[in-house]
Amino acid sequence: MRPRRREVNFSAREKVTIREVNDIDNGIIKTKKLHMKRSQSEMPLLEIKDITYRVKEKEIFSGLSLEIGSKEVHAILGKNGTGKSTLAYLVMGCESYIPTSGVILFEGKIINDLKIHERAQLGITLAWQEPVRLEGISVRDYLTLKKKEIDPSLYLEMVGLSPELYLTRMMDKSLSGGERKRIELASIVALEPKLAILDEPDSGIDMLSIQDIINVINVLKKNGAAVLLITHREEIGKIADRASQICDGKIICSGDPEKVAQYYKSRKCEVCIDGACVYV
Amino acid sequence: MEHVFMSELDELMKVFGESGGDNSILVREDIAHFFASGNKILSTRPTQGLEIKAEETATGIAARVRVLEGTIIRNPIHLCFGILHKKGTQEIRMDIKFETGASAHFIAHCIFPKAKKVRHIMDAVVDIGENARMTYSEVHYHGPYGGIEVIPKAVVKVGKNGRYLADFSLITGMVGKLGIDYTIEVGENAVAELIARVFGHGDDEISIKERVVLEGENSKGLIKTRVALEDRAEAEVTGITEGNAAGARGHVDCMEIVKDNAVAKAIPIVNVTHPLAKVTHEAAIGSVDKRQLETLMAHGLTPEEAVDVIIKGILK
Repeated sequence: MRPRRREVNFSAREKVTIREVNDIDNGIIKTKKLHMKRSQSEMPLLEIKDITYRVKEKEIFSGLSLEIGSKEVHAILGKNGTGKSTLAYLVMGCESYIPTSGVILFEGKIINDLKIHERAQLGITLAWQEPVRLEGISVRDYLTLKKKEIDPSLYLEMVGLSPELYLTRMMDKSLSGGERKRIELASIVALEPKLAILDEPDSGIDMLSIQDIINVINVLKKNGAAVLLITHREEIGKIADRASQICDGKIICSGDPEKVAQYYKSRKCEVCIDGACVYV
Repeated sequence: MEHVFMSELDELMKVFGESGGDNSILVREDIAHFFASGNKILSTRPTQGLEIKAEETATGIAARVRVLEGTIIRNPIHLCFGILHKKGTQEIRMDIKFETGASAHFIAHCIFPKAKKVRHIMDAVVDIGENARMTYSEVHYHGPYGGIEVIPKAVVKVGKNGRYLADFSLITGMVGKLGIDYTIEVGENAVAELIARVFGHGDDEISIKERVVLEGENSKGLIKTRVALEDRAEAEVTGITEGNAAGARGHVDCMEIVKDNAVAKAIPIVNVTHPLAKVTHEAAIGSVDKRQLETLMAHGLTPEEAVDVIIKGILK
């Protein structure tokens, strides 16, 4: 059965959401009915409401909904090709990533029509899975692109890079993939976003440095940011407050990260065993 | 012997300062210089181990430059060529020789602030001896009118274990018509690196032809070109590298960014005649990279600011 969500206006400052969500109980997805009464200050930071996203004839998302609260670290799990990065690009507003239907709200405002920089100015940012190289731009320049007044050394140290060695380096092909990735994470922290989307921040970074990424996520959270975390690594996913599994164009379950991870690994989803999705 | 022609020199120095030059180099005794406007030599200061014999010709300057054997000149030697008037021609003929083991860095400032009908020709023959090292940076400062034709031509021979590093930059003001034509012959274990950066606007016409001939064993060559174009500017970049000896390694790297109605063309040519030589090339022409643009916009930069950062970066 497909969960529905119904919202009822309660007052100008409060609303009641009667929401059916899929949760995991003893390894089985069960739909629960939640009555939620929240003031505006408790409104989710990011609300993705029933979005459909189609590329030519292929439907990538069909009624995907997701909420992320302020300061919440929310992990997204899912197989390759299920649209995790696409979700990140839709939220950031990358070119040609516009929902076919449905809305994306940030702090209660619909942002479907906003350009990337307008969303960035609202406090959303994205660390791409494979950060670009930029010729002729030093690491110092990059970290201070928007905030000239910050001390970039602090952010480099946070990701395990020596400022003496890296501040004057160029953001070009001379940096390894791992170095570039760390600098990208440092730049995201320096931006002090309200919502940081981290698309597989661990890819290309050696096993021993996973703790650096966890530290970055903790610093973002401490600084008041919410994090939409796309990862394949269980140890990183565990630090999330909540997790959601994405499959067949929808969020099929949300909840405690460990439970969602266990469910994901158990491959009980019918789609994963070449069956029809029971969720539809 | 110092030779000074003050009033025109003052004017040249004023523009030199405005274009980012350091005026103190004219008075510092530890920095050699040679300044000329049109066909007038305005000021020269030699230094130990550096000989400059220059004469005024009907249309410009003819100079014979020698960096004597074993001489290592620490401070850059500043050359300044320019035409301060709206019209004129300046032909610079340079005969440069770096003797064995010599090392120096020349910075040529080419200043044409008011050019409406100006022609600047540079014709250089450069001989870099064994174990010698020459770094040559040429920075142009053009005014807003685009009425200038710049034709730099050089034939360079780099001897055994020698180094030749050249950097041409024309990113301030209108280019006008530019026709670079360099040929570099690189000897055994020697290295040649050519870097050109040009920003074309309006109806600028840019032609860059650079040829590196890797003649000696284990010689190395790099041709790197960065061009940004906007409005109706046009550019054609030809990078030729020939690998004719064992262990020769060459690379041609051309990147051109086009905006508006600009047109760019890149012609990388690699020619290898020895089975143990290797030459590679890469060329990228197009609008600003979408991912680079989106990355910068995700940092809060507007599209215009992001394009500006990317273009300034590749021309840096």
